[in-house]
Amino acid sequence: MQIGVTSTGSVGVMYGNDFGNAPGEPTSDLPHDDVAFTALLADEGRVEPRDDMPEAYRRTLVRQIAQHAHSEIIGMQPEGNWISRAPSLRRKAILMAKVQDEAGHGLYLYAAAETLGVDRADLVDQLHSGRQKYSSIFNYPTLTWADVGAIGWLVDGAAITNQVPLCRCSYGPYARAMVRVCKEESFHQRQGFEILHTLSHGSPAQKAMAQDAVNRYWWPALMMFGPPDDDSPNTAQSMAWGIKRFSNDELRQRFVDMTVPQAEALDLTLPDPDLRWDDEAGHYRYGEIDFTELFEVIKGNGPCNAERMAHKRRAHAEGAWVREAAEAYAAKQAARSAGAESVA
Amino acid sequence: MTERHGDWPLWEVFVRARRGLSHVHAGSLHAPDAEMALRNARDLYTRRSEGVSLWVVRASDIEASTPDERDAFFDPAADKIYRHPTFYDVPEGVEHL
Repeated sequence: MQIGVTSTGSVGVMYGNDFGNAPGEPTSDLPHDDVAFTALLADEGRVEPRDDMPEAYRRTLVRQIAQHAHSEIIGMQPEGNWISRAPSLRRKAILMAKVQDEAGHGLYLYAAAETLGVDRADLVDQLHSGRQKYSSIFNYPTLTWADVGAIGWLVDGAAITNQVPLCRCSYGPYARAMVRVCKEESFHQRQGFEILHTLSHGSPAQKAMAQDAVNRYWWPALMMFGPPDDDSPNTAQSMAWGIKRFSNDELRQRFVDMTVPQAEALDLTLPDPDLRWDDEAGHYRYGEIDFTELFEVIKGNGPCNAERMAHKRRAHAEGAWVREAAEAYAAKQAARSAGAESVA
Repeated sequence: MTERHGDWPLWEVFVRARRGLSHVHAGSLHAPDAEMALRNARDLYTRRSEGVSLWVVRASDIEASTPDERDAFFDPAADKIYRHPTFYDVPEGVEHL
């Protein structure tokens, strides 16, 4: 197998659930067998921790899973912003459960990444230092309560469209984490839809608030699928490796086709004058997406990039004493039980 | 590798979905001790009543067979096909065998 070299340059020995070699213990020096690996993928087989795999495959997965985990964690912020101002106890309880789920999704994904020979602490460091990214969608602000609805319906809806095929990803631990995530996401999407449905069938002011949220989140949600296929250099390799199952544009089209009838049920419009049903193709056609905005947000120039990162770093620093206290308590308990044993 | 300060050890989590079933590996998490590992496992892997019993095991305490040696390791079973009922010829018409 390959030695897991983390991108910070250290050699990883904590292999997550591959129960890896002790420090200093030599790993196998068998050369990577590309023929066997390709045959495994062609046979729809799954790659498991510590299996022989190309280093580029491992690096691609680490980057993708880490970015996915970071997105779940940063994604708690826009909605968490509304927990204290939710309009009823019912909505508050639901929103807390949803935000807790996002934390859980982040942890499943960090655990999956760790099976590839990296440490969660290193990945978190890389997020904090800006060397790893998270989804640009979370750099938009949540200005009104209706934004919580629009995030659940559109942002989680787009995420589900992206994530369902990942349940068949060739890397076993990632696929298994995605099965759990997808089961939980469908509640997220429905609660968002319900918020918008309630608002759009309420007073004119409430309906206007719902429409405004949809207007602001529609295009960023479409951008969540990434650049168009002819401008997506990594897609072909990821598909060959069985990490990705559909192209960005295929998934984006699938999302549009699902979402337009739902907007009609909400009695809300989507802010695209070119949106129309194409009877011949059997798809909705949508207008041109302004990808310069996406690339600006990715570069760090979105409305909330600096705020999200500052909040994340601060929360991590302010939680340090909790981690240290738990560690000190564990050490004290271990010392006590060792002492009790030696007396007995 | 020495663990960094605040970098808790890794635990593997096994969940029994309901009585009558075995515990099944669900994933892993970091925790400072066994008690916190159990509590974190409850919050992380059973938020929707997915389990009635949990095991947590320090990842470093698990011994595993290595993928590189799997052929040699599991070979002894491969040539004992007589362990399978399909190995045996059963005469036409014999039932419940």
